[in-house]
Amino acid sequence: MKKTIKLQDLDCANCAAKIEHSISKLDGVTNVKVNFISQKMILEAQDDQFDTIIAQAKKIAKKIEPDMVIMA
Amino acid sequence: MSKKEKKLLWRILIAGVMFTILFPLHLKEVLPEYPELILFLIAYLIIGIDILEKAVRNITRGQVFDENFLMAIATIGAFCLGEYAEGVAVMLFYQVGELFQSYAVSKSRRSIADLMDIRPDYANIMRDGSLVQVDPEEVQIGNIIIVKPGERIPLDGIIEEGSSSLDTAALTGESVPREVGAGENVISGCINQTGRLTIRVSKEFGESTVAKILELVENASDKKSKSENFITRFARYYTPLVVIAAAILAILPPLITGQSFNIWIQRALTFLVISCPCALVISVPLSFFGGIGGASKSGVLVKGSNYLEALANTEIVVFDKTGTLTKGNFVVSEIYSKQMSKQELIRLAAYAEDYSSHPIAMSIKKAFGKNVDNSQIKDTTEVAGQGVRAVINGKIILAGNTRLMKTNHISYDDNTSAGTVVHLAVDGEYAGYIRIEDEIKPDSRQAILDLKAAGIKQTVMLTGDSDAVGKKVAAALNLDKAYTELLPADKVEQLEKLMHQKSQKGMLAFVGDGINDAPVLARTDIGIAMGGLGSDAAIEAADVVIMTDEPSKIATVMKISKKTLRIVRQNIIFALGVKGIVLILGALGFATMWAAVFADVGVSVIAIINAMRALNVKKFNQIHGYVL
Repeated sequence: MKKTIKLQDLDCANCAAKIEHSISKLDGVTNVKVNFISQKMILEAQDDQFDTIIAQAKKIAKKIEPDMVIMA
Repeated sequence: MSKKEKKLLWRILIAGVMFTILFPLHLKEVLPEYPELILFLIAYLIIGIDILEKAVRNITRGQVFDENFLMAIATIGAFCLGEYAEGVAVMLFYQVGELFQSYAVSKSRRSIADLMDIRPDYANIMRDGSLVQVDPEEVQIGNIIIVKPGERIPLDGIIEEGSSSLDTAALTGESVPREVGAGENVISGCINQTGRLTIRVSKEFGESTVAKILELVENASDKKSKSENFITRFARYYTPLVVIAAAILAILPPLITGQSFNIWIQRALTFLVISCPCALVISVPLSFFGGIGGASKSGVLVKGSNYLEALANTEIVVFDKTGTLTKGNFVVSEIYSKQMSKQELIRLAAYAEDYSSHPIAMSIKKAFGKNVDNSQIKDTTEVAGQGVRAVINGKIILAGNTRLMKTNHISYDDNTSAGTVVHLAVDGEYAGYIRIEDEIKPDSRQAILDLKAAGIKQTVMLTGDSDAVGKKVAAALNLDKAYTELLPADKVEQLEKLMHQKSQKGMLAFVGDGINDAPVLARTDIGIAMGGLGSDAAIEAADVVIMTDEPSKIATVMKISKKTLRIVRQNIIFALGVKGIVLILGALGFATMWAAVFADVGVSVIAIINAMRALNVKKFNQIHGYVL
């Protein structure tokens, strides 16, 4: 499954890179791109794990960039 | 300016005023120590409270190399060393830089968004006799929509009624409007300029040209270039390394030299201020995004930063002939008649070919230019691979290639020069021939000249057409090489051979129409498809799509690519250079924290502004001086 997720208030380019790196290491994630300029994340992951992965991704984002809101 | 930015601006102003009053008092040492500390602390908290908050929050989450945390340590460290003014000033300048950076980034985001502003907001649809505005996504295939003058065409479709001129500039970069009338296909994203159009929708919004282009451009920056990958990897190690260096700097030298810890701790704090790789991490992808945006403004879609980067290193450009360098529409270029008038010869040929829809037959009928009287034609038979035999007004007409003449034992004028030749015989007597040629596009010659000027080492043409035709076109365009009479499989093979001729870093680009050269497009470093506007096949198959039919756009996009890479290189060298110099000076005690703040945020802002230059491609679009 592939989903485009809006990232509100993603203000720091370095954080975007860090978030992308951490999420890409999650189990079941096949592909992830965090685009700082368009403030979007494209997440591709196994169908059956998708919801848990989104939850984990939110946690990671909260940890690295607390001001950011994942609009998923 | 956003709400967040405005709030920050106020805090900067208040803290700035406090600082300008406190600083001279501090220099003259008029205030007693504790009131001075308290006043500076108040200014510090006003300007830096959010940084401190984030620092605490992030450190509890284990983010040691967080930029806020490092900034907090650096400034609190300054306070501990008794440098109150420096602590406040550094935080103040850091925030000013952050504000500028945030403003510059949102401004760049906006100008890129403006560029991509081809998304239609609504579609006019007839409902119960009145016109209503609906979301383009709600409109279905077969629905009738109305587009008034000045409105954007929301969905792809066919004109049922009306005629107008369309402004396609947002899609193709072409400033001359396109005239359209009933029965013609129109593409979403164009602006209807003059007349009211009634359009039958042929594609849903998600499948429409405009949606596809937007998706492509937005996702293009996800295919990362080598320089971006380098920067992301670099950034991962940069911060920890600088922080470790700072720790070593604070401890080792005083232990060895016996100097006071204060001096070295201060120098180490300078390091912490420069420890964020932000300038690089922002400006490199932003430059590529700008370059891709600029290219799309000129009517060229680049499907990834990696392709934009590769274009700059192109050494060999291989062209398909038909539809790429030539128009792909055939016109009669010569009529030779032995006895009868030329008009009569073309009439007989047009009558004989009347039933055929082959491009050659079509061009003969077009050259004849009059209606064909069917009653005069009897008994038309097609001879596969040779031509046709028809009875017209009782005369047996043979029209076809040399093989047709040979099998019917007719001696013909052997003519080996370029073009497709249709021979004609009447009642077994040779009558003459008609030569049909493809037209070279008006800007093909200029395209090759521009590519040569841009440093392309070899221009090659591959064609399935006859040797005579291929060689003639290649000579007219001044191409370096032409390989002719190739079957599709031969094209791939020939391309493989050419791939070996480039240097290790060099790239090979193949330019085709994207319709029947998918295997070749897939095999090259960069596949470029022409005439992408309205052709899904071309958009799918290629890495770079030229929306118009102009081969000269290849040189345009190569120039954009080179400019983008130049900006990227400038930013990398500038940011790393300034940071490196300030780190060295800081370690030696020559650079203060002020210089460090400049090396951090000042460099970011300059790099962002520089990156935005990639968007400006105006000068590359003014190269349409056709030389023919």
